[in-house]
Amino acid sequence: MSRPEVERGGVLVFLEQTDGAIERVSLEVLGKAREIANRLSKRVTGVLLGTGVEVAAEECARRGADLVLVGESSLLKDYTTETYVAAILPVLKERDPDIVLCGATHNGTALASALAVRLQAGLLAHVVDLELEEGTGVLLGAVPGFGGSIVAMCKCRGRPQMATVKPGVFIPLGVDEARAGEVRKFGPTITPDVVRQVILEKSIGSGPDISRAERVVIAGLGCGGDLTLARKLAEVLHADLAVSRPLADKGIAPKEMVVGSTGSGLNAKLAVVLGVSGASHFTSGIRNAKSVIAINKDPNATIFRHSDYCVKDDVNRIVPELISRIEKDSKVGSR
Amino acid sequence: MRQIVCLKVTPKVDEIRFDDQSKTIIREGVENEIDDADKNALEMALHLKDKFGGTVTVISMGPPAFEPFLKLAVAMGADDAILLSDRGFAGSDTFATSRVLAAALRKLSPFDVVYCGEASADGSTEQVPPSIAEWLDVPGITYVTSLDYDGSAMKARRDIRGGYETIRAKTPILVSVELGCNTPRFPDFRRKRWAEKELKLTVWNMQDLGLLPSQAGNEGSLTTVTGLRNMRATARKNEYLTGTPEEVVSRLLQAIQEARA
Repeated sequence: MSRPEVERGGVLVFLEQTDGAIERVSLEVLGKAREIANRLSKRVTGVLLGTGVEVAAEECARRGADLVLVGESSLLKDYTTETYVAAILPVLKERDPDIVLCGATHNGTALASALAVRLQAGLLAHVVDLELEEGTGVLLGAVPGFGGSIVAMCKCRGRPQMATVKPGVFIPLGVDEARAGEVRKFGPTITPDVVRQVILEKSIGSGPDISRAERVVIAGLGCGGDLTLARKLAEVLHADLAVSRPLADKGIAPKEMVVGSTGSGLNAKLAVVLGVSGASHFTSGIRNAKSVIAINKDPNATIFRHSDYCVKDDVNRIVPELISRIEKDSKVGSR
Repeated sequence: MRQIVCLKVTPKVDEIRFDDQSKTIIREGVENEIDDADKNALEMALHLKDKFGGTVTVISMGPPAFEPFLKLAVAMGADDAILLSDRGFAGSDTFATSRVLAAALRKLSPFDVVYCGEASADGSTEQVPPSIAEWLDVPGITYVTSLDYDGSAMKARRDIRGGYETIRAKTPILVSVELGCNTPRFPDFRRKRWAEKELKLTVWNMQDLGLLPSQAGNEGSLTTVTGLRNMRATARKNEYLTGTPEEVVSRLLQAIQEARA
């Protein structure tokens, strides 16, 4: 039986890499794409652009993709919208996918937006869930708005149906050697004249990923702009330190440490929230935390409604005592 | 340097309530404001105007009720303001919104830099700025924290996960500006009074922009909302711990132990 040269339709996933390493959200999206494609009896095609991405491509082929198309070019080593659009657009036109998915990272969002305009396609923003409509098989996405407190169920008109997916909501498939997909190189037709922006300098941080931390201590404005106490508590608890958005806006902590709709969502077993008032754009970030402890001297702080253990007291009165007791009892400190 | 800033007027997010019965958003009585990230975008443009001269024009899509907010932007230092207003724009998704804004920007061209906030506080899709760039076929640089001009090209510093990039691109470009990257200036009192009393805003409707009803609003959108859900809050114990700090801490230690399982 001969297979047609180009499989049309199905689910296409943009696989994002940084310095050759696959972004975790791409694996998360790939897992969900696999599930959707199975229900539609369609295939999952991944597109991976960059240089030195062979290992990442093989990994994707074992974690949900039927086919990984690898576009290698020195012009694609780092992301710019114009080069990535130029490389992917011909693939999309040729394969005519039913669904196009991509992680809602900074670059994923920019790419998906540009492609949606080019393809005149509907694009659902940073969905927190995806399902198929009963009967029609149309893609439905849960799009959070208003700081994550309200979710709109949305669908696209026409094809392809596009969505960016919020990091941390889906779980990647494990590596399955038995169902390895195919890795195939394609020569992206991309020429230097496409390049209109030049990356002069690039610096990638290597801080911990708070969305995957088991324990997190989160400092808010109620900590008085000083992270010393929160940091010390995180240390004795072997927890990661995070902050609410205002502290990052004030330059007290980097943005990667922000919890909430404009930062990371936690999946921790324990979140200790210090001096955070609990606006909706924050609380959406602790929704998946198993156990939440909140300490805030404002008795009316909304954070208490989103917490398991509520302490209406000054952070500076409770936390030093907490630290010294944990230091005495190493059992508590250990995870 | 000819600069244009796209502003969105949004309701204050924490004042918004959701009506579980009617599954709608209650906007009544909710105060509006220029979106915070857009204020940072305006400040970035005004800063470059202070340095290199030229003009800053603000544009916004919305009902006539948004005029005072555009006048506020003029009071902050913008030279001109244009309201894109037409009943036919209502219900635009990011595809249609970016198309309307791009049509206005085309009408305003040539320009050097177009600014947007990185995301709006209400929808926060982050899709409109890169979509406009694509409609206009200009380089789009998102999540920019600072911008400068070196005599022949723009130099932007942008946020990437855990770090930054510095990017050089020739004008015209579009940038989306990161929330909180600068401190927006206060409106000038005398300019504010003048704007409120004498400034006549330019208003462009669908026809002025050369758009068809099928290209904007609900009709020109490619996504549909099928329903709204109040994100169900995770069930919590809401156990209030009282007593002396020692007693409270003892209970907390227990809770921390339990959370290990």
